Amino acid sequence: MLFDPEIFFQQLVSPEYMWGALISVAVAVLSLILATLIGFFVALGRTSRKRSFQAPANVYVWFFRAIPALLVLLIMWNALPQLIPIFSQDWFTPFIAAFIGLGLVEAAFMAEIIRSALLSVDEGQSLAGRALGMSPTKVMLKITLPQAIRIALPPTGNEFIGLVKYSSLASVISLRELLTTAQVGVNITFRYAEYYAAAIIYYLIIVTILTLLQSMIEKKFAWTSRATVKKSRALAPAAKAGLS
Amino acid sequence: MTQSAAVAQEAPAVNQPILHVENLQKAYHGQEVLKSVDFEIRKGQVKAVLGPSGSGKSTMLRLMALLEPSDGGSIKLRGETIGTKEHRGRTVHLPERLLARQRQDIGMVFQKFNLFPHLPAVRNVMLGLTSVKGVSHHEARELAMEMLQRVGLENRAEHYPSELSGGQQQRVAIARALVLNPSVMLFDEPTSALDPELVGEVLDVMENLAADGMTMIVVTHEVRFASRVASEVSLFDGGVIVEQAAPDQFFNNPKHERTKRFLSHVH
Ligand SMILES: Nc1ncnc2c1ncn2[C@@H]1O[C@H](COP(=O)(O)OP(=O)(O)OP(=O)(O)O)[C@@H](O)[C@H]1O
Ligand SMILES: [Mg+2]
Repeated sequence: MLFDPEIFFQQLVSPEYMWGALISVAVAVLSLILATLIGFFVALGRTSRKRSFQAPANVYVWFFRAIPALLVLLIMWNALPQLIPIFSQDWFTPFIAAFIGLGLVEAAFMAEIIRSALLSVDEGQSLAGRALGMSPTKVMLKITLPQAIRIALPPTGNEFIGLVKYSSLASVISLRELLTTAQVGVNITFRYAEYYAAAIIYYLIIVTILTLLQSMIEKKFAWTSRATVKKSRALAPAAKAGLS
Repeated sequence: MTQSAAVAQEAPAVNQPILHVENLQKAYHGQEVLKSVDFEIRKGQVKAVLGPSGSGKSTMLRLMALLEPSDGGSIKLRGETIGTKEHRGRTVHLPERLLARQRQDIGMVFQKFNLFPHLPAVRNVMLGLTSVKGVSHHEARELAMEMLQRVGLENRAEHYPSELSGGQQQRVAIARALVLNPSVMLFDEPTSALDPELVGEVLDVMENLAADGMTMIVVTHEVRFASRVASEVSLFDGGVIVEQAAPDQFFNNPKHERTKRFLSHVH
């Protein structure tokens, strides 16, 4: 059996594959957002001086670092509806179960990334903010966080790519993401090479786009005035004229 | 200058110290760093504080700026106790929210500048106005540009800290503290992190500030600056202020043996 380019291209442009890829990316994006939100508060807990904030945060990280993501997904989809009636209703789809499950697990890892990013911001920064009379919340939002984000960006990009691939785990709860789409096709046609190759192309495209996006975002955090110097030259004389 | 003139009019109690520290104490891990510091400064005075490395000068300033809780003693700003309050016969530290408000009236300049690297110079100066005093973005920008002009950096407004020399960064840091119009400015060795050729520009800005009537406490190793600009010079050592005198007397005719010894190392 030779590699049939026609089957390969057919699958590559098929609505099933495109939909599968979209589902994979959507699960990854939503679980990363969830993981970042939970992870931020877990990181705050872990860096807090108060025991009562530290303990639950530590337990969270300990628990979700230990449990395999696959098991979390199975629990979310199979056990949760049995235990809590609200999860047996129609709104609780494999898609929702997948992104919440992966988000919960990923939060433990994002918490560590965010924690070390927060800690690596120089102590003098919050000291200077406090000396200006800024409240702790303002210091966090205006000074510490923007600097921590820059440090957390590269590892977060890696986690994101990992999540795109981890979304394939959701096949066990019958979510039709990219890899499941390929596998379903294979089970009918037995054209392994063509179907898997099409999946590979999609993963390559997705990760390439993500990498480009990441370097664009990182440039925004370069903190140099290359882009704005011209503007300031134009502004400076005007400012002088305005004052005199 | 118009600002300081206005302040002078609304402060009739000329004899009352702006900042008055009594019996201030601080220990780290059982190690007494401040044993009992008594210190006061009046409006328009410039006090230089000298002292050996590691003696606790930075600690003293951080406590005065309410950036760290003291272990004892009191700090009064314009006659009002700050940082602590009496509660059922005991002295308790104020919550961070109230401390933040009291800190607005005290400007602090750090040895390592501590400019916010993610903001251009002008935004460093604006941040206190917009996020603490609730000044509008537009007005804050104008005030910040005015301050940058005062430290000679109006044409560096859009530069990020990484694009400024150490001397320029420290001048921006001075503008950042100054723009909030504090009653007193605290300087913690503002020039010791600078290359020698950049020290002068920062000291010039500080000298101008002093001439404009700003009340200043300056921890420094710059003996020439202290003798020329300060109204009084102190030696801080062993957790206490050892000697306090006018510059002429302090440098040429010190009373204490410890001051003589210290000066013999510096000169
Ligand atoms: N946050 C802290 N925790 C523990 N010890 C501290 C802390 N801050 C200062 N110390 C200690 O207190 C002492 C005084 O430190 P401080 O920085 O106030 O001295 P300094 O006079 O400013 O010295 P330098 O001239 O080197 O700046 C030092 O022994 C220092 O190790
Ligand atoms: Mg010091």
